[in-house]
Amino acid sequence: MAKMTMVQAINLALHEEMERDDSVIVMGEDVGVDEGVFRVTAGLHEAFGSARVLDTPLAESGILGTAIGMALAGLRPVAEMQFSGFSYLMFPQLEGHGSRFRSRTQGRMTVPLVVRMPYGGGVRALEHHSESREASYAHLPGVKVVIPSGPRNARALMAAAVRDPDPVVFMEPKRSYRVFREEVPEEPEIGQIGRARIAREGSDLTLVSWGAMMRPVLHAAEEVTSSRGASIEVIDLLTISPLDGSAIARSVSKTGRCVVVQEAPRSLGVASEVIAQINDRALMHLEAPVNRITGYDVVTPYFGREMGYIPGPGRIRRGIEETLDF
Amino acid sequence: MPLTEIGRYSLRRLEILDENGEVDPALEPDLSAEDLVKLYRAMLLAREDDQRMFKMQRQGRVGTFGPNTGQEAAVCGPALALSPRDWLVGSFRELGARLMRGEPLTHSYLFHNGYEEGNVFDGMERTLPISIIVGAQTLHAVGIAYAMKYRTEKDAAVLAFIGDGGTSQGDFHEALNFASVWQVPVVFVVQNNGWAISLPRSRQAHCATLAQRAIAYDIPGVQVDGNDALATYSAAREALDRARSGGGPSLIEAVTYRLMMHTTADDPRKYRTEEEVEQWWKRDPIPRFRRYLESKSIWDDAKQAALEAGIKEEIDEAVKKFESMDGFKPDAPFDHVFGTRHESIEEQRAAFLANLEGEA
Ligand SMILES: Cc1ncc(C[n+]2csc(CCOP(=O)(O)OP(=O)(O)O)c2C)c(N)n1
Ligand SMILES: [Mg+2]
Repeated sequence: MAKMTMVQAINLALHEEMERDDSVIVMGEDVGVDEGVFRVTAGLHEAFGSARVLDTPLAESGILGTAIGMALAGLRPVAEMQFSGFSYLMFPQLEGHGSRFRSRTQGRMTVPLVVRMPYGGGVRALEHHSESREASYAHLPGVKVVIPSGPRNARALMAAAVRDPDPVVFMEPKRSYRVFREEVPEEPEIGQIGRARIAREGSDLTLVSWGAMMRPVLHAAEEVTSSRGASIEVIDLLTISPLDGSAIARSVSKTGRCVVVQEAPRSLGVASEVIAQINDRALMHLEAPVNRITGYDVVTPYFGREMGYIPGPGRIRRGIEETLDF
Repeated sequence: MPLTEIGRYSLRRLEILDENGEVDPALEPDLSAEDLVKLYRAMLLAREDDQRMFKMQRQGRVGTFGPNTGQEAAVCGPALALSPRDWLVGSFRELGARLMRGEPLTHSYLFHNGYEEGNVFDGMERTLPISIIVGAQTLHAVGIAYAMKYRTEKDAAVLAFIGDGGTSQGDFHEALNFASVWQVPVVFVVQNNGWAISLPRSRQAHCATLAQRAIAYDIPGVQVDGNDALATYSAAREALDRARSGGGPSLIEAVTYRLMMHTTADDPRKYRTEEEVEQWWKRDPIPRFRRYLESKSIWDDAKQAALEAGIKEEIDEAVKKFESMDGFKPDAPFDHVFGTRHESIEEQRAAFLANLEGEA
């Protein structure tokens, strides 16, 4: 066991997967010699050489389009988008082709690739470096969207994503990249895409979140537990699409109360779908309306204002209390 | 069925002022002493402001930024050829040109400290804000040029900047093609500074020059010594004049060098040698321009000292002003989502303001 940051843990998974399978290719802007602007690809170029760790020209559509071709021809590319804010340049390739080859050919041609991208705010970065647009990718049938929340699950889910038979958008909460360490086991762990995790058990209220919001969410859960003895269950979604609706329903059926916390803008996001799942599967168990604590439907402010816009522990705590008191 | 030659292409490189400040009299542009000093001052201001921002960044007084040090001739030369009626469409490494367009010094501090207010200044009407999505701005430039042509605007054109890395984006190629098909008044300047973060120019594109991209799109193209402010000015001037008089688009590759890090978050020692950087410091655009001014007897040590003192004072004052700014409206982002009000946004604004009070 070693204590690692999320950056180190994802890096470990990439090393392990490249070691295991020579069809795994890492590609993107500055992922080789520079080892990635966040150093997620550290050591890979040195270990596997420039035919397997490709510093590509600066073109996101080019990166994903060629990755799709590689995947069609039997390779397993792990393509990096330097920041999720630049990933929309590859959206047409993913929507128009990556997500569709399987259904287009009735399963004869498939696109097993991973698109990694740091996303989310709270790191005082320039425009386009702070957005949380997971819903845009989650809305593409044929694409899986995975969002780890900590080093250990990041390592396991990256391994699962590389082995997955379909395109996986792997969104890395950059705010959580280095802020904490976790024990990561020596032996490889393979996560399960499509499954949520109970991060904390409880019986009075279910908190649902994912990615970088898990830290303030767990913090708020602790606070409410110690201030008023409420028993809070916390669900970490880990996969945004396909969503683990039954895990959410099981928990909410037990607690009868739910708060969803999302960094992204309020409307038409993953929180909306979580609430819809509860409506479909657990409505009659509810003792209070489902509350959502979210960003706002505004263009992501530059970092001078961003902290007021990202849900923090105070807002989350008040949301929990409102729902408990309903 | 013969095999015939159907085209033959050539490409030129322009150098006017060499590394020692020697000028080629046959190519020397006809610039007034006043304009020459204006250009020199602009380059020096951009350099000094960069250095001040770098210090402020290291002290945590501004956020991440991308220095333009070493590239002052590549941006200020073309900007000198602009009139107020022309548009400037930049990316993110053209501080010198922005300042020449009237952007106050305080604004790049504000921008890099996380405030949209840094994009807004009196006289900004024909200067687009910093564009971080690499390549996208070149298409905006073509659209603006189309609007000018459509409105039969006379004597005006668009100057668009992009980096060597940016030339790999589809948007750049689409921009050249649209501009060529539409024959609109736009001049693209590629600041080839040798690097796109860690990727050297040689691995960004296989071709020997970036100027030759012009050939494929059938527009005039030229490579210039991008550290020679007379060459960058002259090439831009010629291309802008052609554009303004209905002659269509052009492409200029300015070969320069990024002497500092990509941004303050980058460590160039990972991917390039100190020797390479030192070689390029010898080609610094600023000292050679000073020698040129001296050789024309329009510059001396006393003027230099006065200029340096004046720039320092200007920057000091701007920093002071920037650091005393406050009262940034917390809910400003709600004001500018749309040009029309909608209750869903207003409801969220109310919730946001209530939350702010809750936090206080
Ligand atoms: C579409 C897009 N992809 C990636 C980035 C991240 N990025 C910012 S600058 C840069 C390199 C740009 O190189 P170049 O065009 O040569 O300009 P320079 O930085 O050298 O001025 C990259 C990859 C971005 N801003 N936009
Ligand atoms: Mg460059």
